[in-house]
Amino acid sequence: MSTRLEIRTPEGIAFSFALAGPVARCLAWIVDLVVIFIIWMGIMRAGQAALLIFPDVANAVMMLALFAVSIGYGLVLEWLWRGQTLGKRLVRLRVMDADGLRLQFHQVLLRNLLRFVDMLPLGFYFVGGVACLVSRRAQRLGDIAANTVVVYNRKPTEPDLDQLLAGKFNSLRQHPHLEARLRQRVSPEEARLALRALVRRDELEPIARVSLFSELADHLKSLVAFPPETIEAMPDEQYIRNVVDILFRTRDAEARPEARAKRKEPEMAGTRG
Amino acid sequence: MIIDLPRFIATERPTWTELEKMLDRLEEVHGRKMPLEEARRFHLLYQKVSADLGRVATFASEPELKQYLESLTARAYGEIHETREHGNKFRLIDWFLNEFPRAFRRQSGAFVISLVIFLVGMVFGGFATAFDEDAKEAIVPGQFAHLLRDPAKRVAEEEHPKHHRHGGDAHSEFASLLMTNNIRVGIRMLGEGITLGIGTIFELFYNGVILGMVLVDFILAGQTMFVLGWLMPHGVIEIPSILIAGQGGLVLGKALIGRGDRASLTERMRAIGKDLMALTCGFAMMLVWAGIVESFLSQYHEPVIHYWQKIAFGVVELAVLIWFLGFRKVPADSDTA
Repeated sequence: MSTRLEIRTPEGIAFSFALAGPVARCLAWIVDLVVIFIIWMGIMRAGQAALLIFPDVANAVMMLALFAVSIGYGLVLEWLWRGQTLGKRLVRLRVMDADGLRLQFHQVLLRNLLRFVDMLPLGFYFVGGVACLVSRRAQRLGDIAANTVVVYNRKPTEPDLDQLLAGKFNSLRQHPHLEARLRQRVSPEEARLALRALVRRDELEPIARVSLFSELADHLKSLVAFPPETIEAMPDEQYIRNVVDILFRTRDAEARPEARAKRKEPEMAGTRG
Repeated sequence: MIIDLPRFIATERPTWTELEKMLDRLEEVHGRKMPLEEARRFHLLYQKVSADLGRVATFASEPELKQYLESLTARAYGEIHETREHGNKFRLIDWFLNEFPRAFRRQSGAFVISLVIFLVGMVFGGFATAFDEDAKEAIVPGQFAHLLRDPAKRVAEEEHPKHHRHGGDAHSEFASLLMTNNIRVGIRMLGEGITLGIGTIFELFYNGVILGMVLVDFILAGQTMFVLGWLMPHGVIEIPSILIAGQGGLVLGKALIGRGDRASLTERMRAIGKDLMALTCGFAMMLVWAGIVESFLSQYHEPVIHYWQKIAFGVVELAVLIWFLGFRKVPADSDTA
């Protein structure tokens, strides 16, 4: 089972989505079950009064309503909310076309109709769970038939760099040409790794913390060699802070806080994928 | 490579914002179609954002920006490269009247197979009942225990003036029960196509066996008019709708197997998706009608209503169904959904 769905456009641009595993999907389904149960209770309570006056019709309507909710809940919500039910919204998942195209109604219908096969035996989702684990794109049978996948729909939050870096003097910035080279040579993954190490530094055991930052610093130093007098007295963790400061904060943004605030706008508003 | 990132962001941000706003509008309103000029602008913006993503992807310092542009590109990609008909409007009546017969005719081969399997099951069930007295008890499931009784006795009870009919006077409730139960059976039969059609074939055969047993049992007991009058008003709709569900299951199974088809599994599934939806919509609507008829008409027998009247009603229904599915003129395929 792969953890990411890679899509390459005809224009040669690639993007990817994180695929949801069986556990996250199971959580979303439990939430949905609770919601369906609450709606059922609501229908039965609403039908109590009508039962006294028109018992036959009220029973018929209630039976149809309960059936419609159990069949139509996933169908209607996934269609109207572009691949999300209440449970999926809470767990931040989304159903999407496996080729990245617009989700079609017949796809939503098919994956929901085939749910009962995935739920076998006795509603425990054993069939769906196994299919999800062995499938290349973490798909249950309904997803395979409908050509859909379930992906994480998390909105990335920008770390609070100001707090993290605390506006300290960054001696590496005395060398603009090396600063530019650093930006050029460090890959996005390496940059993200260094940032995460800083964000989670207080969660680490002291020895692990020293070891991690030492390893990261050695690697980054091998990419760009700053003059020895600049970095010789600098602890590894401080070196990583300075590097992250360079990678994530442009000089322009550092100089003008309002520009930094403006820069956050698109980053916070987007990323539905 | 981007030399001056702040300048790049400042220059390109209006493009990203404009595309994001267009995407928001598209996603907010179901079925919204863009005028030509807007579509051209949308395409241009998509190309520009894709190009920006290509430039940022090689640059280390802005992973959030890269993620943002990836997200914009992914959303726009889905809209730009979607060549299937708009899936936004779903009009149930329109689908039932037009798309359902079209899909039925397109997949008529699967219906014929579905019918043949069902008929083989009926013949098997009929022979089993005629030549093996114990067959009924061995084959009929517990939920149909009432079918195990002596047909002559049952007819005598049903025709008794004070007989308590199925559902009593609660016709609406009984009709709802029949509809929901039968639609579940239909969905299950279609869904079992995921087992490469094997589950669907078994269900079709088994349902045929049960019907064959019941028919032969009543015919051998000299109750042909009763059984036809009892089953035909709702059966001529209910049985074809189950066959159509089986047809859907076989279409699904065939697409999964893909024998003799060079298309990929994804392409095969895409090709049948709309037909499966139309068939589901069709058999569900048919079962709603069958439930109403079974509850409000089929449970009444002589002397309340003559059997020939019920049989005639069934014949008319069957004729209308055959005309509707096989011969009625339907408009050419449109973008109704």
